[in-house]
Amino acid sequence: MDEIQALAHGFVVALSLKNLALMFVGIVLGVIIGVLPGLGGANGVAILLPLTFSMAQSPGGTTSAIILLSCIYWGALFGGAITSILFNIPGEPWSVATTFDGYPLAQQGRAGSALTAAFTSSFVGALVAVIVITFLSPVVAKFALEFGPPEFFSVYLLTFCAFVGMSKEPPFKTLASMMLGFALAAVGTDPVTGTLRLTFGTEKLLNGFDFLVAVIGLFGIGEILLTLEEGLEFKGANAKINMRVVLDTWKELPRYWMTSLRASAVGVFMGIVPGGATPASFMSYGVARRFSANGEKFGTGQVEGVVAPETAAHAAGTSALLPMLTLGVPGSPTAAVLLGGLLIWGLQPGPLLFVEQKDFVWGLIASMYLGNIAGLIVVLTCVPLFAAILRIPFSVIAPVIIVICAIGSYTVHNSIFDVWMMMVFGVAGYAFKKLSYPLAPLVLAIVLGDRAEASFRQAMLVSQGDLTVFFSNGLVGTMTGLALALLFWPLVSWAFSRFRASA
Amino acid sequence: MSPQQGDRPAFGQKSAEIAVAAVFLLLGGIVVFDSIRLGARWDEDGPQAGYFPFYIGLLVCIASVVNLIHAWIGKKDAGRVFVGVTQLKMVLAVLVPASIYVALIVWTGIYAASVVFIAFFMRWLGKYAWWKVGAVSVGTMVVFFLIFESWFKVPLPKGPLENLLGLG
Repeated sequence: MDEIQALAHGFVVALSLKNLALMFVGIVLGVIIGVLPGLGGANGVAILLPLTFSMAQSPGGTTSAIILLSCIYWGALFGGAITSILFNIPGEPWSVATTFDGYPLAQQGRAGSALTAAFTSSFVGALVAVIVITFLSPVVAKFALEFGPPEFFSVYLLTFCAFVGMSKEPPFKTLASMMLGFALAAVGTDPVTGTLRLTFGTEKLLNGFDFLVAVIGLFGIGEILLTLEEGLEFKGANAKINMRVVLDTWKELPRYWMTSLRASAVGVFMGIVPGGATPASFMSYGVARRFSANGEKFGTGQVEGVVAPETAAHAAGTSALLPMLTLGVPGSPTAAVLLGGLLIWGLQPGPLLFVEQKDFVWGLIASMYLGNIAGLIVVLTCVPLFAAILRIPFSVIAPVIIVICAIGSYTVHNSIFDVWMMMVFGVAGYAFKKLSYPLAPLVLAIVLGDRAEASFRQAMLVSQGDLTVFFSNGLVGTMTGLALALLFWPLVSWAFSRFRASA
Repeated sequence: MSPQQGDRPAFGQKSAEIAVAAVFLLLGGIVVFDSIRLGARWDEDGPQAGYFPFYIGLLVCIASVVNLIHAWIGKKDAGRVFVGVTQLKMVLAVLVPASIYVALIVWTGIYAASVVFIAFFMRWLGKYAWWKVGAVSVGTMVVFFLIFESWFKVPLPKGPLENLLGLG
């Protein structure tokens, strides 16, 4: 078992004092970020990424940096549940389904058991996903080592077509927002020929739009503006967790093992294909309601209704790192930001990572086990503290968050222009959210734009402009075919429903 | 995001849909235009610089035309409110000061501007006592100064005030 050996080595890397400390710092920061409106996994990581630039320079520094940032991600996943259950405000989009049963439980005075159930099932979901990553990613990476440019482009194509086919938003809005992302990525110097594109003579656009600034604006400022519409008041239930409630809930939880198992499967699957944590949590809630013996009581405060979405969301959020590490294709916006971080640190995400950067990969995977254990301990013991953050009035929190976002976008390139861009992206994010233009494909396209274009052009160079290269062998043909099927899926299902309605 | 009771509509859903789709169309048009200028065809040594962006721009245009038509003839948005007057006031109450704040950074550096911004916000929207306003705004920025300048060694823009204090 090579994987076990590699993993053991990873634990040696991750268990250094410095990395353990960073893990706890990351988790605590992550939970705070997850609890605060306007700060979430994606833009929290984006804001803190510039702080790791110097850290990543030292030997072994990239591993420490990824441990810090990925732990912020786990923390944010945990934190989303706190606001959903206590305040009925989903701190993160993937916690929306948690509010359905979590908030009623809190109103009945059972906030403690709801929180315990949410955290524990988050942990279970993440654990399943990490185990899958441990054993599946070396296989996928080895397989992907054989990939050439056409194969890589078809993977990108599959990723982006999956967004059109599987998102809840109208397909043409998804397409528009995704292609806008590609267009923004194309601004600046052409990576192949060095020609300036779409800069219109301004120096400011020489380096293009930075995805970090876009993420901070779209998710951070946009979210603040949306939250403000609802006014400045937050009202929440009290959070008290003591050991007895935790143990009582843990006694109850094994009853829902089937729900957990199903939710983990849905979550891991949705995380690997770029569906992401949000649809996974909804899907898992729906599946649990259909299969549960108490299905009709869902929505009135069932612990099982908290277990299902939380397990799936955490499983999906975690397994989104699998395609990021092995193929260089992130499964979620936060994974996309982490991928951008790897590129900035000078690492090439993709199958070669498993050959050339063993310490990094296995250190990260080991830290995922440890980070989630640390996360569970931190959230179970510190919930009242984190809930207290939400009691800070919004008129104090909002300006501080805007200042943090401004500092975050400034530090990316030390330029004020980026702070202005953040404001523009903020207004865009606000409008897009309200008109259901999805943000995830936009962000993924900005991050992956250059790489997708490069692999497309390399493939075209090899084939001398012949598009059939994307069907030239079984593997690439299957992926391209699947991508096209997903792309036209909305059309097919629309035609089908029309046909059924008229028949 | 439903507007509160009694809130007059500021923008309808339909006009917002049309406006955003039109902006998309404009951006797509710009991309197509510039790609053609660069050359979006096949050169002897491979695709030209505008080859890939040209099709991207084209797809933006196609998608936004569909969205535009949808918004124009669609009936489901009729009478729906995109944003109410009270809500819009709230949003602008953040957006306008935040823009002034970003403009201020150039003159005063990020620390002084942030203190003023947080203080203004707390006093104006939160109606806090002055001592609380001062403590939170100055305290936050001192913490940020320590984190960024001392701990992570990331220099942030500074202005005359920091120079006066000998920190610049």
